[in-house]
Amino acid sequence: MTERAPTVMDDNPGEHSLQLLDNQFLADLRQQMLRFALLQLADHALAEDAVQEALTGALQNARAFGGRAALKTWVFAILKHKIADTLRYKLRVTDASSLLRSEDEEQDFSALFDARGHWPTNERPGDWGNPHEAVREGQFWRVFEACLENLPGAQARVFMMREFIELESDEICSAVEISLSNLNVMLYRARMRLRECLDSRWFMEQKSSC
Amino acid sequence: MLNCREATRLLSESLDRPLTLNERMTLKLHLMMCSGCRNFDQQMGSIRQITRLYVQGKQPPEDDSHS
Repeated sequence: MTERAPTVMDDNPGEHSLQLLDNQFLADLRQQMLRFALLQLADHALAEDAVQEALTGALQNARAFGGRAALKTWVFAILKHKIADTLRYKLRVTDASSLLRSEDEEQDFSALFDARGHWPTNERPGDWGNPHEAVREGQFWRVFEACLENLPGAQARVFMMREFIELESDEICSAVEISLSNLNVMLYRARMRLRECLDSRWFMEQKSSC
Repeated sequence: MLNCREATRLLSESLDRPLTLNERMTLKLHLMMCSGCRNFDQQMGSIRQITRLYVQGKQPPEDDSHS
């Protein structure tokens, strides 16, 4: 894979490397990175630092990239590692329980199921079809981000630790000092919410429009 | 016999730990009879894939679509 070996390649007939550094592109990219970092770190200064470091590191090798998509993949990979480092550090030095200051964590999903614990007809999950079509659309990713932002803070954080940073359950439990069953409930709720949000704001919408 | 609430809990946990043989069997039995939970199972897999793509920055660059 070319992106694993960032050597200088100027023979790309497509985008000139100078275009990679187009101000508007960089400003947009920075904004996307910042949103991504902020979601996970919940701290503006830390998010800014992580983004700055990742961007600086990537741009030093910018000429090595064949195009914007490759550059973007690369900076997000770096950013993900910066965020993981920062999160681990933050978890070591802060009162972990402050990360889990809960908002509306108490709302459960009993309402989603009927008295016998089954899906009511109007809530029963339908077929999403092939999500590979959805992920090619820019609009889908805006819905996805909006749904992530709708997760209550504590749920969002453990969900991201698990799914973005790919920490194992026991690592998350010891880092934020919650029990495994507590974590399982939080992950379950986060996934339920995210599913419900993507379902109503994307997949069912798409279905009804054709 | 599992109900859908319990089945969805197990499906979520299966993303975080290997299920026991007993859990797998009761889950399988439930999924055979419940299309809602079968779809839920698929959707959990999709959400994980989508999240991975998002982290890798694989979403199409927004700036190219309208410039």
